[in-house]
Amino acid sequence: MLRNASLSDYAFNVLLYAFLSAVFVVTFYPFWNILVVSLNDATDSVRGGLYLWPREFSLESYRSIFRNDELLLSVRVTVLRTIVGTPLTVLAISMMAYSLSKRKLILWRPLTLFFIFTMYFGGGLIPTYMVIKSLGLIDTFSVFIFPGLIGVFLMILVRTYMEQLPGELEESAKMDGANDLAIFARIVLPLCVPVLATIALFVGIGHWNSWYDSYIYTYKPELKTLQAVLVKILNQFQTGAMVSEAEQLANSSKRIPVSGESIRMAVTMVATIPIVMVYPFIQRYFVKGIMMGAIKS
Amino acid sequence: MEPAVTISPQRTKTERRRNWKTLVVEQRYLLLMLLPALLWAIFFCYLPMAGLYMAFVNYQPSLGGFWTKLFQSEFVGMDWFQYFFRNGDFYKIMRNTIASTMLTLVISFPVPILIAIALNEVRGALFKKTVQTVSYLPHFISWVIAANIIVTMLSSGGIVNDILKWLNLTDTSILFLQEGRYFWWIVALGNTWKEMGYNSIIFLAAISSINLELFEAAKVDGADRFQQIRYITLPHLKPTIVILLILALGGVLNAGFDQHYLLGNGLNQDFSDVLSTYSFRYGLQNSMFSYASAVGLFNSVVAFLMVVLVNYASKKLNDQSLF
Repeated sequence: MLRNASLSDYAFNVLLYAFLSAVFVVTFYPFWNILVVSLNDATDSVRGGLYLWPREFSLESYRSIFRNDELLLSVRVTVLRTIVGTPLTVLAISMMAYSLSKRKLILWRPLTLFFIFTMYFGGGLIPTYMVIKSLGLIDTFSVFIFPGLIGVFLMILVRTYMEQLPGELEESAKMDGANDLAIFARIVLPLCVPVLATIALFVGIGHWNSWYDSYIYTYKPELKTLQAVLVKILNQFQTGAMVSEAEQLANSSKRIPVSGESIRMAVTMVATIPIVMVYPFIQRYFVKGIMMGAIKS
Repeated sequence: MEPAVTISPQRTKTERRRNWKTLVVEQRYLLLMLLPALLWAIFFCYLPMAGLYMAFVNYQPSLGGFWTKLFQSEFVGMDWFQYFFRNGDFYKIMRNTIASTMLTLVISFPVPILIAIALNEVRGALFKKTVQTVSYLPHFISWVIAANIIVTMLSSGGIVNDILKWLNLTDTSILFLQEGRYFWWIVALGNTWKEMGYNSIIFLAAISSINLELFEAAKVDGADRFQQIRYITLPHLKPTIVILLILALGGVLNAGFDQHYLLGNGLNQDFSDVLSTYSFRYGLQNSMFSYASAVGLFNSVVAFLMVVLVNYASKKLNDQSLF
């Protein structure tokens, strides 16, 4: 009996650790492999067989990124939109959440429904493009900030948090003659720092990761974000990959995707590294964040 | 027992109007703080909805501003929708959309549950934390990076082909992204890879709320760990699983644009084209604005109906409503 139980326990542990190790490898290895290839000499990489460690270490791919104006420019745009867009969105969302957390607000119900409805129904691609165009936002930096200014789902998170704050603080401030604006700025905002930090990280990552708006609403090279440039490189690679394999082999000694592919890996890494760096700071926040969202729905 | 009722005095019309005015004045700062959000919703949500009128006219992209052109365009009623339903693309696009999302659902739904159960059973805190941290990571990268990674792994010299060759399952490299028949699997597995760790958080939370005494009692009764999972953990997860499954069904027509667009190419187009990419291609690349809007409107309406239906079903089944 006892023997049997420990045997089953042993089998269980083997399965358990095998499964979780597989999850680890599957989610970790692709990033590692990209890093390895990006750090390997481009001509040598074509031979394939790069798995765990660079064979001929070289920083040439990264150096060529920093020599490339288009890529440098795109890093600048991405950083700029992230540091400009994130605070604006967090402010707009928290003001909105504060107003809508007051059930005594006139037209509270219709206004709430007015915003919730946008979560489930939209104009879709083409009409949205046309409206953005008619507003004169094509090829402007504003197109990165305003169309995505509000996230209704994030607003609900903030509102839920605000509703749980003790009301006495606000009431006593009101007695002292403070208006809603002052209460919001001096009392509510400081109390909301945890939830605001959570949504700031979500919004910031959203800005860093966005490609679509830059890809379709901008034409100027100085407005292309890093991710949009990466899409372009991916497209080139995909079209290049359609050349038959024989041709590829024949070409591999000459010019074709050799250096192109290494640069693709290096750019992928450059776009990933900041996420990996802020990631340890987000982790403890986002678990809480999801929980709040889950409880709400 | 008499219920406490306060009878409000009858108000006259003028009184009420004055009341409204004082309320607006009283709440002026609250309204002011709502203003940016209100403008955002009007300009970027409701104006595009009005722009959906495009789907019912023959929009000509020639001189004039968008709205003037729109309302001067010839009204054609449901012609664009009929054109979409009657030409052969409709069947193909719907097949791809539904097949892709259903396959994603079937593969990506159970995996996070398994991960959550497994993580809960791990004793070593360091191992648990490492696996969690790493498995959440793909959620935070963009689909652009994910697509780059997937393309690399599946390329002719990529690790997947190397493993297949090593296992003697194939002797020539399989060109996964150039043959349509692999496409739905690539998207389904890609979605699973990207979201499995992150989606496990919610199940992990549900498990952590189970009373530990239940496990103790089961152990005393001689249940091994498989049996504990089967008779305690899984039944307690059931409500969460049901709600999330119902929710997921609401999104069956919303195949992600990013993954289909970024992984799609000319060679796999017969299998990679879904409603959103089809509308994108016809609208922004072929300039058939009205047709693309009609396809987009069809997508939005059906998706919206799905959500309403699913919400209704969830209400009936769980007594829980999503909005």
